[in-house]
This record gives sequence, C-alpha cells and structure tokens, in this order.
Amino acid sequence: MASAESSTGSYVGQPLARIEDPALVTGRGRFLDDLDPLPGTLVAAVVRSPHPHARIRGVDLERARRHPGVAAVIGPEEVLETLRPFPLSLKTPMPYYPTGTDKVRFVGEPVAVVVATDRYTAEDAAELVHIDYELLPAVVETADAVREDAPLLHDSAGSNIASDRLFDFGEVDSAFEAAAHVVAGEYSFPRYSSTPMECYSVISEWREEAGGPQVTAWSNFHGPFSMVPVLAGALGIGAAQLRLIIPQDNGGSFGIKAGIYPYVALMAVASKYAGRPVRWTEDRIEHLLASSAGSDRVMRFSAAVDAEGIVQALDVDFRENVGAYLRPPEPATLYRCFGNITGAYRIDNVRLRSRAVVTNKAPTGLNRGFGGQQLYFGLERLMDRIARTLGQNPAELRRRNLVPTAAFPYATPTGGIYDSGDYEQAVAKVLESSRYQQLRKEQEEARARGELVGTGIALAVEPSATNIGYVGLATPAEERPPGRDKSGSTEHVRVTVDPSGTVSVLLGTVPQGQGHATVARQVVADRLGLPLEKVVPKVDMDTDSTPWTVTSGSYSSRFSPLLTSALVEAADRVAETIKVAAGVLLEAPPQDLELDGGLVRVAGAEERSVAFRHAAGLVHWDPGALPDGVDAQLYAEAAFTPPESTAPSRTDQINSSLCYGFVAEVVQVRIDPETYEISIQQVNAVHDAGTVLNPLLIEGQVHGAMVHGLGGALYEEMSYTDSGQPTSTFMDYLVPTSAEADFPLTGDRVVTPSPVTKLGAKGSGEGSSMSFPAAVASAVEDALSAHGIEITALPLHGNVINDLLTRATP
Amino acid sequence: MKPAPFSYVRPTRLDDVVGELEEAESAGSGKVIAGGQSLLPVLAMRLGRPRTLVDITRVPELAGLREEGGSIRIGAAVRQRQVEREAAQRIPLVGHALPWIGHREIRSRGTVCGSLAHADPSAELPAVALCLGAVLTVTGSRGSREVPAADFFTGAMSTVLGGTELVTAVRFPAPRAGEGFGFGEMARRHGDFALAGAAARVRLDGGGVVEAQLVGFGVADRARSQDFTGPLAEAVSRHGQDEKALTAVMTEAVSEMAEDVVTAGDAHASQDYRRRLIRVLGTRALVRACADSRRRAKR
Repeated sequence: MASAESSTGSYVGQPLARIEDPALVTGRGRFLDDLDPLPGTLVAAVVRSPHPHARIRGVDLERARRHPGVAAVIGPEEVLETLRPFPLSLKTPMPYYPTGTDKVRFVGEPVAVVVATDRYTAEDAAELVHIDYELLPAVVETADAVREDAPLLHDSAGSNIASDRLFDFGEVDSAFEAAAHVVAGEYSFPRYSSTPMECYSVISEWREEAGGPQVTAWSNFHGPFSMVPVLAGALGIGAAQLRLIIPQDNGGSFGIKAGIYPYVALMAVASKYAGRPVRWTEDRIEHLLASSAGSDRVMRFSAAVDAEGIVQALDVDFRENVGAYLRPPEPATLYRCFGNITGAYRIDNVRLRSRAVVTNKAPTGLNRGFGGQQLYFGLERLMDRIARTLGQNPAELRRRNLVPTAAFPYATPTGGIYDSGDYEQAVAKVLESSRYQQLRKEQEEARARGELVGTGIALAVEPSATNIGYVGLATPAEERPPGRDKSGSTEHVRVTVDPSGTVSVLLGTVPQGQGHATVARQVVADRLGLPLEKVVPKVDMDTDSTPWTVTSGSYSSRFSPLLTSALVEAADRVAETIKVAAGVLLEAPPQDLELDGGLVRVAGAEERSVAFRHAAGLVHWDPGALPDGVDAQLYAEAAFTPPESTAPSRTDQINSSLCYGFVAEVVQVRIDPETYEISIQQVNAVHDAGTVLNPLLIEGQVHGAMVHGLGGALYEEMSYTDSGQPTSTFMDYLVPTSAEADFPLTGDRVVTPSPVTKLGAKGSGEGSSMSFPAAVASAVEDALSAHGIEITALPLHGNVINDLLTRATP
Repeated sequence: MKPAPFSYVRPTRLDDVVGELEEAESAGSGKVIAGGQSLLPVLAMRLGRPRTLVDITRVPELAGLREEGGSIRIGAAVRQRQVEREAAQRIPLVGHALPWIGHREIRSRGTVCGSLAHADPSAELPAVALCLGAVLTVTGSRGSREVPAADFFTGAMSTVLGGTELVTAVRFPAPRAGEGFGFGEMARRHGDFALAGAAARVRLDGGGVVEAQLVGFGVADRARSQDFTGPLAEAVSRHGQDEKALTAVMTEAVSEMAEDVVTAGDAHASQDYRRRLIRVLGTRALVRACADSRRRAKR
C-alpha cells in the first residue's frame, strides 16, 4: 500500500498501489464514451462487407439517406472525393483507404457510413444501404496467396507479395557446409489479438476554416504517433491542421488500438458530409472482424549445428500474413525483432528472408509481443528439435548456446546491442526453482505408466523501447533516400512546480491502463525529495498542446526505459532552479544543496534548510531576488533521446530496440489421456527487466503477458474458413478468463540494470507473451513424446491432440 | 449490434402474458423474455426480430420454487442461480449441472425454464430434464398442458411450444431410493457451450442395477437418451465396485452410442473427437452414478 510517511527518496522499487485504480473500480473512469466534448455530436454505424473478396459494382445510399433521423450517408464516392490513400511504409502500389473503393478485400471491411441521431437509428438505416457486389475468389493463407495463379488482392501491384527482402550476415553458407548436423523445421503461428475491454472509439469533427479544413478528433488511439502524419496525409492536411485528443482513460489496447486511425479519417469524412461532429463506438463484432490482430506467420528455420550442439548459423524464412492491406506501420511486425532475431543465443551467422503477403483477411498490426511471439515460437521449437536430434537435454542444449554473461553489452549479427543481461544466471534459477532435471525423470516414469505429462522450456530476449528506424529495413538500402533516415525512440515530459510547491507532471504517454501515473509519481518524488502526495501526474494528450514527436505513444514497452529517463532529466532541471532559489534564502551556493524530505538543505549542515515550497514560492512571487541570469522557470521539459537508437546501416544492421530484457520459462502440463484436455500444472518463470520501478506493476505485467500467451497457446485464434469467413464473436474467439488462468506460478527475478536508461529500467510488458506460447508447445510435445508427435502450430486443445494422435497411430 | 425496433410489455398476471403473446402473434410475432441470456444477443445481432417482447419476470405465480408431490417445481421466472443455492441438494443432477452453465453472473440472470424453452442442443438443462424425466407445464390461451421432457424437444432450438405458448414451470422428480447421478462435460473454457456432455441416472436395488439412463448432449440436434440398464446390470454383477473394470466394460457399451454421433464438426471439435468425448464422458457418468447411488444409500 502507498505509504503516507514523510520520508522521501526511496519510492522507486517499492510496491506502491496504483493511484489509477480507485477511480476505475468505482466507475469514475473517463473513457471516450463517457465524454461529450462537442454538443450536437451525431452517431455513426458502419456498413461492412459480408464478402472476403468482391468488386463493388454499385452503391445505393438513397433509401438510407431518406430514413428518418439520418443526417448523412457516405460511401466510396465521398471517401474518394475527400481522402487520399494512406501513405504506406513501402512504395508497394496497394492503395489503402478506410473503406473499400473499387473492391472489398476482407469480411468486415467498411464500405459506407450512416450518420444519425443515435446508433439504433443508424443501424436501422444501415440495413437500407444496398451494395451490388461481384464476388471474386478469396485467398486466405500465404501459401496460396504466393502462387502464380492466386487471385490478386491489388491488381496494380501485380502480386500478393507486398515486400520480399533477403538479409545475409556473416558466413552462412560455409557454416552450413561445415555443420555436423543441419536441423530444420517449419512452424506456423496463429493470428490472434488482445481483445481490450473497451473497443475503438472516435469522435471526429471536420470544419472548413479560412485556411482550409481543420479536423479535430478524440479517440482512444495510443500511438505510435508516426500514424499522425499518415492520418494527416490521407486527409490532405498538415499535422498542424489535425488536432488529436486522447481521453485520460483507455480501456486496454496491448497495441490493437494503434489500428484505429483509419476510422478517425473515415469519421472525419462522415462529419464533413453530415456538417456535425460524428461519434463512432465500435462494437465487439466489428472489433473482432475488422480492427486489428497480430499477424499469422509461416516460418522455416534451419540451423547449422556442430558436433557439440552449438548453433553456428541460422537460416530463416518468414512469410507473414498481413491481411488485405499493408496498413501502416506494417510490415513492422516482421522487423520489430530484427536486432534480436538470434534470441538468447550466440549465433554469428544469420540469413533471413522476410516476406509480407496480402490475403483476404483483416489487416494486422501491433499486438503485445509484436513479432516476438512469432519469432520465438519458431526459434524455440527449433532448439527443442535440435536437442532431440542430437539426443541432448533441451535445457542443456540451450545453456551451451547462451550469450555468455561476460559478453554484455553484446552485439548481435543483425545489429542489436543487448545492453545488459545475465542469461546464465536466469536459466540456472529457473531450472532450480522448477526442479527441472528431477522433474523430467519423474515425468518419464509417469509417461511409462501411460500418463501424459511433460515439461517445456522457452527463453526469450524481450526487446523494449523500439527504434522506429527498423521500419526502414523493409525498403532496400539503395532505395532508402539519403537524408531521410528514420530512427529514434524519444520520449517527452513536462514537470511544473506551482507556487505551493506541488509538482505536476504532464504525461503525454497515452497509457492504456499500465499505471504510468503511479510510477511517474514515484520517480519525480524521489528526484525532488518530496513526499508522494506533493507530486500530481496529469495524463493528457492533445497534439495542440502536449509535446510529442512521431515516436510518441504507448507501445513497445517504452514507458519504463524512456519516459522515466525523461522524467529524471526534467526533474533534475527543476531541481537546479529550486536549489538556486533556496540558495538565495539560505545564502548558500546552490551546488552545496540537496533535496530531501520536502526540504532543501545544505549538505552536511542539516539545520540549515528551507522548505521546498518556500524555494518554489520565491521563484513565483519574488523572481527579482534570483541571481542575475537565472530564469524564473519552474517548469522543465525533457526529450530523452538515446544515442543508441540510430537508423539502419547501409549493410542493413539495426539496433531495433534500446533495451533487451530476458525471460526464462518452464511449464509443466498434464493431458487427460482420455479426453485430451490440457491443463497447466505449474509455471516457473524468471524475468530480467533491469531495475524494478514498482514490483506490483511488473508482477501485473508478467501475469497479463503470460495469460495473453496462454490465449495464443491454448485458446485464441482468429480463424478463417477457406472461403474467407472469419470468427466474429466471443462464442468462437475464446479469450482465457480467470477460470483458465489459475495455474500455479512461481516467479523469480534477475536484475541487470540497463546502462542506457537513467534508472536502469527496461520494458517489461511483453516478455511472457513472447515466450509462453513456445513454452507450452514444448511441454505438450514432451507430454506426447512417446507418440513421436512434434508440435509445429498453435493453438493446442483436445481436438488438436485427438487429430495428432489419430494421425500418429493409424 | 443494436436490436431492430420492438415493443416491450411486462405484465403482472399470467393471463395477461398469454393475452400479450396472442396480440403480438396477430401483429407479427411475440417472444417471451425472462433472463434474456440467449435472447438478447440474438436481438442485438438482428438474427431475430420479434415485434413484441413479453417480460414474464414480474408475474408472481411464475416465481415459485417449491416441493410438490415428490418433485421440485421451478417456476418460469426462477433464476438458475436461485436453484443452485436453494435446491441443488434436493435435485442432485440439476445441482451437478448448474455450475457448468456459463458463469455465476449469467446464472443469476438466466432461468431454468428459459434454457429448456430455448432448447440449445449443447445446453445442460435439457439433457438433465431428459435424464430425470422432468415434466414441463406449457400454458397458452387454451389452458395448460403437461409435457414430459422426452416429448418436449423436437430439434435444435425447437420444441413443441406454439407461438403463443410459454413454459410456465418444470417439475424435476426428487431422487428415489437407490438412485445415483453422474454428470460431466467438456468445453474449451469454463462456461462455454459443451463440445459434448453426459448425464447419467442409475438406480440400484440390493447392489444390483435396476435402471440406468444415459443422456448425451452437444453432439446432435438435441440431447439423446439411451437405456443402459442391461449392460450396466451385467457389468456390475460381474465386477461389483471395481471401477476400472466397470469402466472398461462400459466403454465398450457406450462406444456404440458414440458411433451414432453424426455431426459436421467444427474448429473446436471434429466428429471423431465428439465421439471420443461421448464415450469417455458417458462411461464416466455411468460409473460415477453407481458410486453416487451407493454413497447416498449409506447416508
């Protein structure tokens, strides 16, 4: 619980309760649907395609327009009249608008918008919209989409392959030639989402001003703000003519709401034609059909392994299903883990082919883990396969290949710089806490008795604080325009002291429930030697007044490494001014002063002190007393800009994240030998996220990420029929509930502070969402080892086990 | 996800409920709403468009939960959660089944009679009603009739109810001497509709089986009941309380029932997997029911 003690200076690292929670659990949250910022706002319903692939032959909006209570109905004609295609991350000619214009390319793609007095009326009128479709053959899997005779999603592109890049680092061919063993496997990772409790929500207002259109929008978008220029580009206005406001509370996202911006544009068009602001609140069916999801990926991994089991080279082929459009920031999922593609292992030679393929599925985007769960499913499944091929213990094989503790900071062949770590210690810890070796013996005996029990292991390097420069890798180096490099992972904050000495912290980090305000208060209170209650965080993002850049936003677990670093810089600048003011009152040189316990005092002479608020008061009330040349500025802004995040090199290397944490996980499963029901018996995990800022919050992140991974491992899949019809309700899209998440978990921690962030903290929001699916697959495979079954796909459940065992024993 | 326009009435007398249903029928269609746990999603997705909803939850005579001549009578407005709390001991098979229905929040809204009238083939309560020989009271403008569960269900989401009739109550017989019960199901997650499930009722007399009924659900257009008295009596006479041996023998017997399962299958369960589940869960339910009977006899 939050302590009310007046002692200060040591809040960071304490398990302080979240200051966000009282409002949320008493129904006082302020989400966009609770707000009515513009009186007279009308309500929209979206008319969506029921077909996965069809040509739009005609759109008849007249009956809907005549329906009582309807203000406007817009369709492809109005969209084309008002918008340009969204600027893509690549030059691929696959124009993307917020509605289908020539064709529809996935079930749920918007085609028209009805604006009415209320949602009921809008949905009544939506039934009157008539769209004449010419059905086209659909293609849903990448294997089919890359065929020569496959139906083309985008005729202008001439191919369904939106991007195809080959990267080669080190001496891959010679390593394979010299290998004692070549071990290869093909793995398929499913498409799943995060299903936040609050779906998308938008209010857009289009106004014609003297200088052209001005669009003001409220939405529960959370970045990356690199999508703001994308949005402005489609609207044909500058970012300064687009004002985006994010409500204080956002009901979860885990990346999914980064895909909301097309709807901001679409509702702006609706507002233009309705002449009023327009609100759209996404319902759950719309969300499951057409919001966003993590990508499904088919992967081929080959390893050149020497006689001792050391992996000398990796040859990797990723075929990513990005859905119907290359919606920005895609194809980023392919590149987010570029610098850590070798995971926990010291492998010097890597070849990678990355293909992004369009299909008649909904577009993909950010999803907690973002590329990590796909990568580690392939890499860790391969490591198990190598162990089996060589007759080695899976944990032992991994240990032999680990990046050694002495090697940090460690440069990966793809350009990553692992800032800190002690993988050897973390693995040793997890093996010990899970009694791994003993357990495997016991389970072998149990399996001999006919029980289906097994243990799996997975290791993951958890990247955080994305360097957005990796998006550039999708474009070949020779085509990247000089002087237009992209890099960076900056984060902004403003710290202000009021006349009573209360410090407010403006957080433009657009949190989605992570507890940014709680941690910001701890950090600033520590830096300024104040009690917690004297620090008041204010969560506020209004692009007109909150400092931001294109890297702003809440994604890639960037708060702990970046924002807290900015907080330190800003708070320290404020402290300097406070010390100058206190120096006037104490008649002491500022450099001799220290901040503690709400006081400014002379170091070594504690009786000589002045209250922090009095020092602050002097700057506000009596700035004339300040020494010459000192500004009466009791606010400071900081933009933390780590020099380690630079653009991709001409040889295509990039340090794709600023920080790299670590997860080691051991999972035990039991499978009912009759019903094939899988139950997770025990999980042992060791995490390293550098300095722990608040153990309570980090524990919550571990649980959340693990259950998210559990969803991918055992329950969730956005599946499509061969004809392109998707799952669309929570009856078929199965999200684990608390009843599924009650497995015993023993968590442990290794702390290797990051040398590149101010507090040594790394991100920790995604680790287990990357490792857990692989760990569960490893355990299930072990449980079925007597049947010679290999797990190469997810999710796993009784029906899948039944199929596998039926096929294994004809 | 908003319903098409409808009107809503909430009478306080059963006569008025029937009257409203008749009036609605002549104007298009009416639909009884009690807990709304199945009906509201159907309305929200516009898969159903009744003109009038007749809410029965304020009709006092539908609110009763009481013993009546060796049965437990559950009125149409009684929530599943109330039965779970107040009557689970008196109708043990219903008590076994109720926790499998959705989550507590859903059961605190959903009604027992509503689930029967909805007749979802994967639902627990129709299977239990069939297994216990429950009797439903059906009321319409021509008065009330009693319909045994075995005659009530006619297919997936389909019953003998006429357009202006409603289920006003259901009577579940209390356990007779020597009876024991078993229940089990498999769902992807707790609270999901069953991929397959089984309910069993067994009656022992002097250690011998004199009655054995097994109901499988989730695998056909409606729950299917089969008499296993012969095979179970023989198995018990040969193997007594040896559950392992009983299980082996009964698995054989139940296999035939499982082979009759014909379903298209879906992403959650193929026909083959559903057959396996019926075989395993059916056998377990029968064996459990035997043990349950002995346990009850000892009390």
